[in-house]
Amino acid sequence: MVQPTSWVRPLTTAAGLAIVLVASVADAGPVLDAVRARGHLVCGVDAGVLGFMQLDNQGRWSGLAVDVCRAVSAATFGDAAKVKYVPLTPLFHLPALQAGDVDVLAANSTYTLTYAAALGVSFAGIYYYDGQGIVVPRKLRVRHARQLGGAAICVQRGSSVESSFSEYFAAARLKFRQVAIARAGEARTAYLAGRCDALTADFSALHAMLATIPSKTDDHVILAQALSKSPLSAVVRHGDDAFANIVRWALHGMIAAEEYGVTSGNIDRMLMSNDPAMMRALGVTPGIGVALGLPDTWFYNVVKQVGNYGESYDRNLGSGSPLGIPRSLNAQWTKGGILYAPPIR
Amino acid sequence: MTDMPVGERKQLAPPVDDSGPFGWARKHLFSSWGNAITTVVLIVAMAWILSWFLEWAVFTANFTASTGSECRGGGACWALIREKWRLIFFGTFPFDQQWRPFFAVVIMLAMLVTTSDRRMWKPWRLLAIWSIGSFFTFLLMFGQLHIPLSLFLAIALAIGGVGMGFRKGIAQAGEMNLYRALAAVGLAGLVLLVVGVLPNWKLPIAPFSYVETGLWGGIPVTLILATYGLLFAFPYGILLALGRRSNLPLIKGLCVGFIELIRGVPLISLLIMASVMLPLFLPTGVTFDKFLRAQVAVILFAGAYIAEIIRGGLQSLPKGQFEAADAMGLNYVQKTALIILPQALRVVIPPLINTFIGFFKDTSLVLIIGIFDFLNTANQALVDPAWAGYPGEVYLFAAFVYFCFCYSMSRYSKYLEVELNKGTRR
Repeated sequence: MVQPTSWVRPLTTAAGLAIVLVASVADAGPVLDAVRARGHLVCGVDAGVLGFMQLDNQGRWSGLAVDVCRAVSAATFGDAAKVKYVPLTPLFHLPALQAGDVDVLAANSTYTLTYAAALGVSFAGIYYYDGQGIVVPRKLRVRHARQLGGAAICVQRGSSVESSFSEYFAAARLKFRQVAIARAGEARTAYLAGRCDALTADFSALHAMLATIPSKTDDHVILAQALSKSPLSAVVRHGDDAFANIVRWALHGMIAAEEYGVTSGNIDRMLMSNDPAMMRALGVTPGIGVALGLPDTWFYNVVKQVGNYGESYDRNLGSGSPLGIPRSLNAQWTKGGILYAPPIR
Repeated sequence: MTDMPVGERKQLAPPVDDSGPFGWARKHLFSSWGNAITTVVLIVAMAWILSWFLEWAVFTANFTASTGSECRGGGACWALIREKWRLIFFGTFPFDQQWRPFFAVVIMLAMLVTTSDRRMWKPWRLLAIWSIGSFFTFLLMFGQLHIPLSLFLAIALAIGGVGMGFRKGIAQAGEMNLYRALAAVGLAGLVLLVVGVLPNWKLPIAPFSYVETGLWGGIPVTLILATYGLLFAFPYGILLALGRRSNLPLIKGLCVGFIELIRGVPLISLLIMASVMLPLFLPTGVTFDKFLRAQVAVILFAGAYIAEIIRGGLQSLPKGQFEAADAMGLNYVQKTALIILPQALRVVIPPLINTFIGFFKDTSLVLIIGIFDFLNTANQALVDPAWAGYPGEVYLFAAFVYFCFCYSMSRYSKYLEVELNKGTRR
């Protein structure tokens, strides 16, 4: 979702490679030990993305990505509040992670081959399936992107959204007039002012934009098809699989809890359950934490303090928030989505 | 030559009355048909814009809504500012402790205001104001200070060294001995500390809970970066300016190279260098605080600009001043500190304040390395689904706060210009 602009990307890559070279000389030692010794997790977030990472009126971070950090903290320390958040601009996401300034990135990084394979980092769990979409005014009666031939389209300049959009239209052999705009907020203003027929951006951003239009949400429609895929993932450094596992399973725990029907509200009642699978997951039957090097209550702590994935989604992005983004891809696999957590056992 | 008959004079119309408000208006606004039309058109346009603005900002504005969706009246949504002013002013500083940055800002403003009074322009007074004020500012911001022994020793060395240079041949023998003793103690202590004979003892002062720089935000960050950036850049800029005029080729070359290098790159690239590249060259485990890195980058950057301003002041002095100081038998330090700089600095104070105004706003660039100054916390106030869609109100508010600061500085600069030139005005 947060996409570095085109001149930023080569810079980041170069800086990243430089750090990989340096880091391979200087062995930093396991991240998990450092986190435990420090007594708190250091989590890199982007500097403000609606619904994912934002500051409330009291200056505290909240959002879906922030909840991933809180879940890791709850699993590791039994306390979701032991997180220090470091706000980063897109240019600094990778360098900060690689230099060890942050333990984990929850900054809406898109999981791609280059990112995952070339830069010395591991993707430790997709917390949101985003993708690029198009919003058009309802009165245009457009149903499909292919009907937009010859249209003027607002797009943020230099973003990967711009290139995948051009690729899509080139592949469909359609002409379009691109209205390139420097900043995301201005793209919204330009679209609403009628300077273009359609606006393209990530689905989450389009929904967030519609939620901020005064009482005219119904005048616009977000087309169903995705021009590109953008799985947003937590990222950790190479070299500490134990820590990567904790990040991965804290998120799996949130997703699995929703599937099992465990919420922060009913989890204390679930402790009395006679279901063997539930007793194992909640640590009533000992053993679930051993493999991760965590206490057996890690799953309980994550769900009790952060909530399951559905709770977090509703609170930050879904029906419980003003954004009201439908679950679509991010629903459980049992409900038509693609969220599928491996069994907790 | 024509002779005008006596007693027969041409009758002239009385001069147009240009005194009083009507006279003034007639002279300046309605002197011709063209001017009259322009005046009327502009007045109507201004009245129209002003009435539209007042309608939006005052009459139909909403001051009390509790969420953004209640704010859809069409007017300004000042309720957003009411809701978020603490986030905008103090960022992520722990909420229940935000009285601390508040008083830190009050102290910093008090320091700036007292410094702007000319009666305070004595080295010892300024030193006292700024060291005591800074101590309390940072004690409030950090909550705990651990002052190392090395700082005391360095201060002793600095006072001794500066005293020995400035007061040579002027002060009594006793005073000179005091400076020598201070310098000797400071130097010896620092050497022993480096060798490891002295333990690195620290004076702990810890009245509040510790708040690291990563949590600072808002107006204190802007003020600290700009004020201390300029405060440290000032002596550094003086040294650079003097070095640039030095007769020694090596010193001159280094100073020219530094100034031109820094002035040749944008501040943002210096911040990125300080933030990404610097840690690569440091040994593992050695990390500088991110805030400190930004502060150092601002100091280096401002130093180069201040050096050029001061060089202008130095060049404005007639050569006779230098020669007269030499003829008095003053050494280089005395000549510079007592004769040259007081005159040169007086000339450049207004441009220095201009630089300060610039840097006060430039600090917003630190967002690139993830520090939230005032403008960036204002930006964060926009990222809230319950209040999205009111960027105009937040930016207008931020602009108003910046304007208050910058306009008072610019008025002060104007006043100083008059004040300092009293001696040379005819």
